[in-house]
Amino acid sequence: MNPKDVLLTFPELLLWFPLISGLIAFVLKKGDHAKKWALTSSFITVGIVAASLFFTDQKYFNFNNVSYFWMPSLGSSFALMYDGMGRMLCLLTAVSFPLVFLSTYTNDYKKPHSFYGLMLLTQSGLMGVFCAMDALVFYFFWELALIPVYFLSSIWGGEKRIQATFKFFVYTFAGSLLLLIGIIYVYLHTPEGTFSLRAFMEAKLPPGKEKVAFWLFFIAFAIKMPVFPFHTWQPDAYEQSPTGVTMILSGIMVKMGVFALIRWLVPVFPYATQMFSNIVVVLAVTGMIYASCIAWMQDDLKRLVAYSSIAHIGLMCAAVFARAESGVEGVMIQMFNHGINIIGLWIVVNAVEKYWGTRKISELGGLANTSPTLTIFLVIIALANIALPLTNAFVGEFLMFNGLFAYGKWTTAIALISIILAAVYTLNMIQKVFYGPVRAHYPLAGVTRLDKGAVVALSIIVIIIFVLGVYPKPLIELTMSTVGAFMNKVHGL
Amino acid sequence: MIALILSALWGVVMMFSGIFLKNKKAAAPVAITGIIALLIVSYLEYNAVLYLDADIRGMLKFSAFGQVFTGVVFFCTLIYFILNAAEFEETGNDTFEYYALIFFILSGIGLVTYFNTLLMLFLGIEIISIPLYILAGSDKKNLKSNEASLKYFLMGAFSSGIMLMGIAFLYGASGTFYIDGINVATAGFSPMIAIGLVLLLISMSFKVSAAPFHFWTPDVYDGSPTVVTSFMATIVKVASFVAFLRLFDNAFGKVHAQWQILVALITAATLFIGNITAVFQQSVKRMLSYSSIAQAGFMLLAVFSLNTFAKEGLILYAAAYSLATIGSFAVVIKMKDYSLEGFNGLGKTQPFLALMNTIFLLSLTGIPLTAGFFAKYYMLIGAVKNGHQTWLVIFAVLMAAISAYYYFRVIQAMYFKEGNAEAKPVSAVFKYTLLFTAMLVIVLGMFPSLLTKALY
Repeated sequence: MNPKDVLLTFPELLLWFPLISGLIAFVLKKGDHAKKWALTSSFITVGIVAASLFFTDQKYFNFNNVSYFWMPSLGSSFALMYDGMGRMLCLLTAVSFPLVFLSTYTNDYKKPHSFYGLMLLTQSGLMGVFCAMDALVFYFFWELALIPVYFLSSIWGGEKRIQATFKFFVYTFAGSLLLLIGIIYVYLHTPEGTFSLRAFMEAKLPPGKEKVAFWLFFIAFAIKMPVFPFHTWQPDAYEQSPTGVTMILSGIMVKMGVFALIRWLVPVFPYATQMFSNIVVVLAVTGMIYASCIAWMQDDLKRLVAYSSIAHIGLMCAAVFARAESGVEGVMIQMFNHGINIIGLWIVVNAVEKYWGTRKISELGGLANTSPTLTIFLVIIALANIALPLTNAFVGEFLMFNGLFAYGKWTTAIALISIILAAVYTLNMIQKVFYGPVRAHYPLAGVTRLDKGAVVALSIIVIIIFVLGVYPKPLIELTMSTVGAFMNKVHGL
Repeated sequence: MIALILSALWGVVMMFSGIFLKNKKAAAPVAITGIIALLIVSYLEYNAVLYLDADIRGMLKFSAFGQVFTGVVFFCTLIYFILNAAEFEETGNDTFEYYALIFFILSGIGLVTYFNTLLMLFLGIEIISIPLYILAGSDKKNLKSNEASLKYFLMGAFSSGIMLMGIAFLYGASGTFYIDGINVATAGFSPMIAIGLVLLLISMSFKVSAAPFHFWTPDVYDGSPTVVTSFMATIVKVASFVAFLRLFDNAFGKVHAQWQILVALITAATLFIGNITAVFQQSVKRMLSYSSIAQAGFMLLAVFSLNTFAKEGLILYAAAYSLATIGSFAVVIKMKDYSLEGFNGLGKTQPFLALMNTIFLLSLTGIPLTAGFFAKYYMLIGAVKNGHQTWLVIFAVLMAAISAYYYFRVIQAMYFKEGNAEAKPVSAVFKYTLLFTAMLVIVLGMFPSLLTKALY
C-alpha cells in the first residue's frame, strides 16, 4: 500500500473521531439528542477499532503508524503507533463507552450535552495515551485525559464529590509533574535529543540518575494504577463519581498505569527495574492482601468493588515486575478482562442503588426474590471477578501467577491468599445482598425491572466473559508481538 | 530605539490630549492608537526596516531577545488596555494621566530590557517605579489604596537605595558601569564585587517580589485599584525579571557557580511562601497576588539556570503568565464580590466569563495545551539541564502541584458550588478580546515555537 493512499491512519481516526464528536455533543442542547449522538458515536468507534483488527499485518504499516512534525525545536513529534497492546486497549476503550452509555441510558443528567461531550473527550484522551509514541505527546494525553474526568466527577458526582475528586486531581497532578521531570531527565540523555520512545530506550543514563528517573516515573504510574501506598484517592473518587465515570475510571483509566509500566517504564529503565523490582513486588503484594482485607470489611458496595480493584491491579503490577513471559501475557489479557468485568460489576451496583435506594450491604437482602435477572448477571460477573475457570479472568490470573511463580515461590504463595480473600468477600457480598431474608427496603415504586439498556450491556459482558474464558486465543495473539518485544528488552540487558 | 523614544513621547501626548479632550471616553482610543503604533514600530525595528543610528555610547544594546520581549510587552499592554478601558474611567478622574504614566513605564521597561550599563538599569527601574507609586494610590479616596502607595514607595525607595549602593561597590571594584567591564572584573572575585553582587541580588529580588523580600507585595497588590494590580503583577514583574536575568547573565555569568546556591535558596523560599500562603486566601484578588509571588519563584529558575532554555523560556513565561493573569484579573474586576464565595455559580450566571477564566487558571496551573505548560516546561528543562541542585526541581514541581489547589478552588466555586455570582455587564469588545486572549493562550500551548523562534 502506498503511503500516499492512506488518508487517515487508525490511531488518528481513533483520536480525532471521539474528539470531534465530543465537541459536537456540546452544542446538542435539545432533549436527549446529545445522549443519542454519544451512543451512536461510541458504536462507530467500536466499528473503527473492529475494522482495525483486520489490518494487523506488517504490510499495513502505513495504516497504523503516523508521525507529524510538531515541535522540531524541542525534539518532539506528534507520533502515534498502533501496536498489539495499543490495539487491545483501544478495543477496551471503544467497547467500554457504549456499555457505559447503554447501561446508564435511563439516567437523566442535568446538562446532558456537557456530560456526553466530556465523556467523549475523555475517550479521545485515552486513545491518545494508548497510541502515543513520543514521550511529550504521551504526557500531554496523560494529563488531558484527566481534565474532563475531573469536571465529570465534580459536576455530576455524589455528595462529597468536590473534596473527593479534588484529592484525586491533586494526587494525580503531582504524580504527572514528577513524571515530567523524569521525562526531561531521560530526554537530556537521549542520543539525538528527541522524545521518541525509541530514543528513550536508547538513552544512556548514568546509574544514579537512572534510579532517580525510575522512581519519578514509577510514582506517577503507581498513583494512577493505584498501587499501595498511593491508593488513598481511589475509593473516595470511585464512591463519589457518577457511575458512568466510575466505570471509565476503574475500567480504563487505571489501565493507563499498567500500560505505562509496560511501555514507558520497564523498557526505558531495564537496570533500575531489575534493581528495584523486589521493592515494587513487595509493595504490590502487600497492597493486594491489604485491599482484600479492607474489601471484606466494607459495608458499601461501591467501596467494596473499589478495593477489589486495587487488589487486582496489584497483581498486574507484580506480574509486570516479575518479568516472566507468561506473566506479562497474563497482564495483557487481564487488563482487557478486568476492564470488562468491573464495568459489569458497576452496572449491577448501579442497578441495586437505583432500585433499592441504598448501597449498604447491611441494609440489603434477598434481592434474588424480587429481581432474579439481576442476580444471575451478578453471580456470573462476580465469579468472573474472582477468576473461576471458564470465565475470562481465569486465564489472565493463571498466567500472571505462573509468571510470578518463576519470580518467587513465597511471593506467589502470599499473593494467592488474596484470591482466597477475593472469594470470601465476593461470596459474602452475594450471600448477604442477594440471598437471605428480604430486608425492609423493597424496590422503589415502579422500577422493579432492569432497564433494557442495562440488560443489553450486561448480556454483552456475560458473552465476552464466556467467550474469552473458553477461547482467549485472539487476545493472546493480538498482544503477542508486544510481549515479545517487551521480553527482548528485558533480557537484552 | 524608535519604539523606546516613541513610548516616552506618547506619554506626553497622552498628558496633552488630557487637556484638550475633556471626555474621559476619549482616553482609551488615544492610548490604544499609541500602543498599536508602538507595536508596528517595534515590528519594523525587529525586521530592521526602521533604524535609528544615534550615538548612545553603547549604553543600550538592542538585541533580538530584547526586541522580542518588548514586542510581547507592547502586545500584552494592548490587550490590557482593551480589556480594562472601562475600569480606567471608573478608577478616578485623571484617566488620561493614568495612561500617560503607563506609557512612561513602558519606556522604563525598554530601558531595563536594553540596558548595557548599570546606570541605564537604575534609570529604567526608577522610571518604572515612580509612575507605579502614583498609580498604586490612584484611588485617592480609598484608604487601602493610599496605604499601598505609601508602602510601595517606602519599600521601593529602600530597595533602590540598596541597588545604588551595590552599583557603587561594583564601580569601585571594576571602575566601570558597563556590564561587560564588570564581567571582566569578576574574574578576580574580590570582596567588593561579592558585596555589590549580593546587594544587587537583594534589590532585584525586591523588585520581582522574591522571598524573603516579598512582604510589600500582597498589601500593595491588594490595596491598589485592581486595574493597576493587573499591570503591576504582570508586565512590570516580567520586565523586572528580564532585567534580573540580563544583569546576572551578562555581568555575573562568569561567576555563576558562586551565587547560584543563593538564587536556589531564594527560589525555593519564594515558591514555598507564595504557594503555601496562596492556599489560605479567601479573596481571589489576594490569591492572585500570592500566586504572582509563586509564579515569580518559577521564573527565578531562569536566573538559576542561565542557559538557552532559560532565556527562551523566560520570554514564553512572560507571555503566558501575563496573558493569563491579565485575563484572569479582567474577569475578577467585573465581579461584584472578590471573595471566593463571590464566584459561586458563575458558570451558570456568566458561562462565558467562567469558561475564559477557567482557561486562564488552567494555564496558570500549567496544564498541557495551554501556554502555561510550556512556560513551566522550559523553566524545568533549563534547571535540569543545568545539572546542579536537583532537589530544587523536584521541590518546584511539588509546589506547582500545590498551586493546582488554589487555582482549582476558583474553578470549583464557578462550576460546582451553588450560588448567584454577580458580574457587571461586559461589552462585546471585551468579550471578543477575552476570547482572543484565551485562544492565544491555547495556540501558544500547542505551538510554543511561534514565539521562541522569533529570537533567532
